[in-house]
Amino acid sequence: MSDSAPPPPRTLAEKIWWDHRIAEMDGGTTLVLIDRILLHERTGGVALKSLSAANRSVMVPDQVFATMDHIVDTFPGRTDKTLMPTGTAFLIATREAAHEHGITLFDLGDPRQGIVHVTSPEQGIVLPGVTLVCPDSHTCTQGAFGALAWGIGSTEAEHALATMTLRIARPLDMRITIDGVLPSGVTAKDLALHIVGRLGSGGAKGHIVEFAGSAVRALDMEARMTLCNLATELAAFGAVVAPDQITFAYLQGRTYAPSGAGWDVALGYWQTLNSDPGAAFAAEHHIDAADVAPMVTWGTSPQHAAPIGAPVPRFDELGVRDSQDSYDRALDYMALAPGGDLTALPIDAAFIGSCTNSRLSDLRRAAAILRGRKVAPGVRAICVPGSTEVKRQAEAEGLDIVFREAGFEWREAGCSMCFFAGGESFGAQERVISSTNRNFESRQGPGTRTHLASPETVAASAIAGHIADPRRLEPIQ
Amino acid sequence: MTPLVRLTAIAAPLMRENIDTDAIIPSREMKTVSKTGLADGLFAGWRYSEIDSRTPDPVFILNQPPYDRANVLISGANFGCGSSREHAVWALAEYGFRAVVAPSFSPIFEGNCIRNGVAPIILPLPAVERIAAIVATRPHITIDLETQTVRAGDEEWRFSLGNEPRQMLMQGLDAIELTLQRRPEIATFRAMDSERRPWAYLSGQHGPSA
Repeated sequence: MSDSAPPPPRTLAEKIWWDHRIAEMDGGTTLVLIDRILLHERTGGVALKSLSAANRSVMVPDQVFATMDHIVDTFPGRTDKTLMPTGTAFLIATREAAHEHGITLFDLGDPRQGIVHVTSPEQGIVLPGVTLVCPDSHTCTQGAFGALAWGIGSTEAEHALATMTLRIARPLDMRITIDGVLPSGVTAKDLALHIVGRLGSGGAKGHIVEFAGSAVRALDMEARMTLCNLATELAAFGAVVAPDQITFAYLQGRTYAPSGAGWDVALGYWQTLNSDPGAAFAAEHHIDAADVAPMVTWGTSPQHAAPIGAPVPRFDELGVRDSQDSYDRALDYMALAPGGDLTALPIDAAFIGSCTNSRLSDLRRAAAILRGRKVAPGVRAICVPGSTEVKRQAEAEGLDIVFREAGFEWREAGCSMCFFAGGESFGAQERVISSTNRNFESRQGPGTRTHLASPETVAASAIAGHIADPRRLEPIQ
Repeated sequence: MTPLVRLTAIAAPLMRENIDTDAIIPSREMKTVSKTGLADGLFAGWRYSEIDSRTPDPVFILNQPPYDRANVLISGANFGCGSSREHAVWALAEYGFRAVVAPSFSPIFEGNCIRNGVAPIILPLPAVERIAAIVATRPHITIDLETQTVRAGDEEWRFSLGNEPRQMLMQGLDAIELTLQRRPEIATFRAMDSERRPWAYLSGQHGPSA
């Protein structure tokens, strides 16, 4: 309000920033308006509880939403009881706090329940041009709608709940332009892993990454979410994609999206949300979509990604990002040798799910591979839809039957085994091919070895019994 | 929050890159809906000889004297990456850490540090490596937020923390209290903004108010 926004050309992120800038603080931060706050039982419950303990209230409960996704079990017939020994306490605390503060909760049994980054878009909670925060690092996923969406800690969530603002320093702008056409069988997940592998796990530190270019424009909303999801694995502040007809078509008619005359007003504003020609970015990268292949990770950081079929890179092929010690540690943990062949490795389990790849289109593409085929003997295969709504739609199409007949478990919605919360997990030294986002040591269970890939690669590997290229499937017998 | 101005303490070198918040506090160690009771779970996967055991693994640096009394951690790039869980900082703070020195931090983790009285100090990699080498024989280092310097052995490095983070750490300030004083300004902004972006304002369960 004090001084006016800089003149064009401005970046997309800069436009949203200036429309949310309340005041400059003495210490070099800006007081920024927050439009949407999302919470889950893992980190949100503690924020609400702490807020109550300090005798503070939620300033605008109507713009705060909570869901149960991180700790809740995903077995059919689940209840408040959880495999995680103290998990029930998280569910109950979050439910009680949500009721106390008048927050809409997508509870167990609610058709809107699901992973926060799946359910918020489904309900039209995230919109272009909003600021949206959640105490969850994968909040950057929702930048796919042209929103400024970023992950925060629980104390910052308390700040946002109490004041509808945050005090933050203006992030720098980075643009990653991906032109050309992704080869057949190559997905947004492969593109995201390609980028993390190329830029490294600190490659976009503190930046808002705008994904632009013809290959991004060609992606549907679910694929754009997958791409933005992995921005946090670049240490980015957030990610954005300029909203377009694909975005608007996705949002129209959703519960919390504007309607009627309100829709036209919103649309007029949303159509201004793009980077002006000549806008300055602190960093720019260009990628040719044709260079991207199906990717799989070999190590213990998402930056340890290589095209499927490529040998495990030797240390001197890595560049300078890892120390020799970190590289050795990663290979030791994963039980791999330099130059080794990943596709020769037998797998123990296959997992399809998470805020990265658990939406309807992900399940459809995996099902297309699984149809008429069987999971290899000895491989435990699990599919966890991202939301109760995704599960309902998938079942309406009969995808659950395809997964089940192939030998997959078919679960209730939630984050499930993307990470180990003390409940269900994969076993020590088990090798898992996973459509999730993190291959850290012990992420999916103590000692578990995770290889990240697209849902197609997970499905193809589950059938083959080893890491397999989905473009080279054996014909159905 | 306890103010932090100047600290002379034992610094433990844990020179790995990309130490993630799952490693700092495994999810399984976050057992209650609370900010406390986390110190025992700090680095649990590395600190104890077996999962769910509490038998110290002698190989881990924090189990070796004098680093078992460390209040500063020296680490590799991208410290605190991964999950946004603030429990990672709560665990570090409850254990007794007041500062982490590294070439870079994950942005969410860095913000969480400031809000919990733990100084995230960024120095170039060669400086961090040099400090790690010095503390192998002379474990005490001094961190001064007033002069923004780190001193180890006979050497000194300057770092730069933003003005607001520095003041918050030095005075132990609560950002929520500071911002609540601006409530009228926030209300005025929202009133003006709701004219411009009515669709962003929700009321009740039925979507936008406009």
